Amino acid sequence: MPERAPAFVYVIYIAASADTVWAGLIDQEVTRQYWGHHNRSDWQPGSRWEHVRTDGSGKVDIVGRVVEIDPPRRLVTTWASPENENDPEKVSRVVYELAPAGEDTRLTVTHSELEAGSAMLAGISRGWPAVLSNLKSLLETGKVMTDLWGSQ
Amino acid sequence: MEEVFRALADPSRRALLDRLFAAGGQTLRQLASDMPMTRQAVAKHLAILEAANLVSVHWRGREKLHYLNPVPIGEIVKRWVGKFEDARIEALTDLKSHAETREKKSA
Repeated sequence: MPERAPAFVYVIYIAASADTVWAGLIDQEVTRQYWGHHNRSDWQPGSRWEHVRTDGSGKVDIVGRVVEIDPPRRLVTTWASPENENDPEKVSRVVYELAPAGEDTRLTVTHSELEAGSAMLAGISRGWPAVLSNLKSLLETGKVMTDLWGSQ
Repeated sequence: MEEVFRALADPSRRALLDRLFAAGGQTLRQLASDMPMTRQAVAKHLAILEAANLVSVHWRGREKLHYLNPVPIGEIVKRWVGKFEDARIEALTDLKSHAETREKKSA
């Protein structure tokens, strides 16, 4: 069976090194600054990762497994709501690819295997562009748009 | 940013983005089949959109799939739209589409 086409392919150029962008994906201290969540894991293949709210509630909104990790080039994780993590239909897949582009780093985020018509699919299409643009602002200027999820 | 505005200045390229917004992951053949222009012309427009980072691609085997990449447009919005204006702009665009739909119905 041919691979299913991804739902979304986002590309952003960030004026920073691949190592800095990589830290922006896996480092708890960096992720908490721009994502409204921090990413928690030991980042070993097969390990669990959790997307934890930084509002003090400690609520975990997204969970998954580290499928593949090749710093600072490629990270593949699964992605699901905690209540759906054992339902293969509702577990999607995110691939982060980093490549040098002159002085900048090109970050490609590919989200696939999303359930058609799901709330996750709708949320994702709003979420990623804002998250990526916030990551870029943080790494390039040290500042973020405050309150990423405030308008929801 | 100039590349983005130049790419968006052409109505055929905006029509291509509309098609990718409606359905991501299309091949050149699919996109060319419902555009009133040659496949070569569509390929040329896609290359300009790709260079402006408005179109992202995913290779599935030998098949090149095209996606709308909204990130550069998001950056433009972020530059000129204030943090709390989102809801007000949405209200205005909803009003506009509601009013325009009504006119069409009564016409």
